[in-house]
Amino acid sequence: MTSSNDFQWRRDRDGLGVWEHRGNVAVVGYGHSPVDRRWDGVDLDSSLGAYTIMACEKAMEQAGVTIDQVDGIVCCDSHIAGGSGGTASQWAPRPYFDPPYDSEYGLTLINAQWLINTMGFKNVKFAPTGVPTIGEMVGMASQAVGDGVCSTCLVIYPTGNMEGRYRRGGENADDYARGARQWTVPWGNHGGNDFINIFPHRQYLMKYGGEHEDLVHFVRNQHKNGMLTPWGYNATHNIQPISVEDYIGSRPILNPLRIWDCDRPVNASAAYVFTTAERAQDMKSQPVYVLNHSQHNFAFRTTQPDLDEVEMWTDRQAARMYEGAGLGPADVDIFNPYDGYSIMTQFFLEGFQWHGVKRGEALSFYAGDITVKGPHPFSSSGGNLGNGRTRTAMYTDSIEQLRGTAGDRQVTVRAETALCAFSTPSSGGWLMLGKYPS
Amino acid sequence: MPKIIPVPDELSQPFWDAVNERRLIVQNCIGCDRLQYPPGVDCRVCESATGVEWKEVEGKGHIAAYIVIEDGRLNRRMPDQPYNLALVTLDEDPTVNFYSNLPGTPPYEVPVGAAVEVTFEEVAPGQLIHEWKVVE
Ligand SMILES: [Zn+2]
Repeated sequence: MTSSNDFQWRRDRDGLGVWEHRGNVAVVGYGHSPVDRRWDGVDLDSSLGAYTIMACEKAMEQAGVTIDQVDGIVCCDSHIAGGSGGTASQWAPRPYFDPPYDSEYGLTLINAQWLINTMGFKNVKFAPTGVPTIGEMVGMASQAVGDGVCSTCLVIYPTGNMEGRYRRGGENADDYARGARQWTVPWGNHGGNDFINIFPHRQYLMKYGGEHEDLVHFVRNQHKNGMLTPWGYNATHNIQPISVEDYIGSRPILNPLRIWDCDRPVNASAAYVFTTAERAQDMKSQPVYVLNHSQHNFAFRTTQPDLDEVEMWTDRQAARMYEGAGLGPADVDIFNPYDGYSIMTQFFLEGFQWHGVKRGEALSFYAGDITVKGPHPFSSSGGNLGNGRTRTAMYTDSIEQLRGTAGDRQVTVRAETALCAFSTPSSGGWLMLGKYPS
Repeated sequence: MPKIIPVPDELSQPFWDAVNERRLIVQNCIGCDRLQYPPGVDCRVCESATGVEWKEVEGKGHIAAYIVIEDGRLNRRMPDQPYNLALVTLDEDPTVNFYSNLPGTPPYEVPVGAAVEVTFEEVAPGQLIHEWKVVE
């Protein structure tokens, strides 16, 4: 089997030109498990493993693909939220269960090998290890299918959550700061995209004007779109959109960052089927085509990225995506950037200049009509603020909008191209989808 | 509560040794003559093969922005909440920045744009860290 290390799949440099497989790769199915707040540690039918199997089965069913036809599995181990967070968030030392739940796999981790063993895939020839996040996995799968490394590839993204407050414990409970943390932790930065983005956000408000609370229009709209997303956490738990007063009165975390600026960790899984545009013609679902993928992992110049750096990074992401897809800002109908913290989304909106929004204009854009039925249906997915921290709503909504199957979320403007991402300003990746291959 | 204690490694040992002598040093790139902090094996800007050397700086800066940590994830710092976390740029090269809790400045009362100077704070016996104080 091929590991990710010996397959050159990344498009992570400037000036790579039009993607050589533009329009030759298609997404033909998706599947979502239920989205729970946490796994209770008891019910194996709602474990991360069970939910991942369910998501795979739904995605394959939608595409009309059988287990024997799948020859690629791109699955990252997990991005578990959990009490301790990261690698410290595990089921052990508690006793395991009967197979296939006799190790961390299926409980807090999922990988291709566990799925092959548990679901009975027989013809998988591409199952890389060390797979990155969904933001990059969709690019990896697109390149693998385009290059002929595999022809029918499942992309699987499990996001686990057990008991305990988000990322308390582990190294955050340590009295010492080692490695890169010696430069951040002594002063209180626990590390993460909240800290990375809150300072550029503060500088943004100082440079362009506006108040942090102006984000409420965006946050509320995410909640509204979430309520229109039948599989998401908010819709399945009747989480009504917050009011302006709720938002302003909510608990500060990294003031001015509030609790409602942060997505809600969940226990859920999602899967997608990627295949060649040619094979997609014979499948039972309507394909959407991959027009480009790109990745980025920008090194910090110093301790903390500032506004200039974040704007430069997002400009470069946009340039890479537009160049590779052979499209420009005016060609993009659906725009689903990452919103795990509300404070970073404006950098993408302005960097990609969606609907002509320039630097410094995002907050006034948010205050206008950004509803899905209006002229500027920004982030029609509801993202992670509206659906829970699955990091996949952006992809599923984009597919549905292009197919015309987004139901109550279906936009009224043209829906022929979509940009979607799990990407922060500094790292991650983007995907451009098209209703047509060219 | 005392702050979290940095653990020097091979790369950072000279830096923390200097801090323990109440001196602030950063790297200077021999290739492009830029200052660099936190330290790296190479210059992050030009990746020059000529390498980097340590250079003492004056320890003067300005506050670029700040937040107030009210509900952070670090156990040892929780009793300090709410506390300021400021972004301080170095006057000798404002593309170099540092974090600071701004000792002496009450939470939420941070004078953005004000001048600051380096100071040193003991976080464990024999281990100082660099901090920044508003210049009165
Ligand atoms: Zn240099």
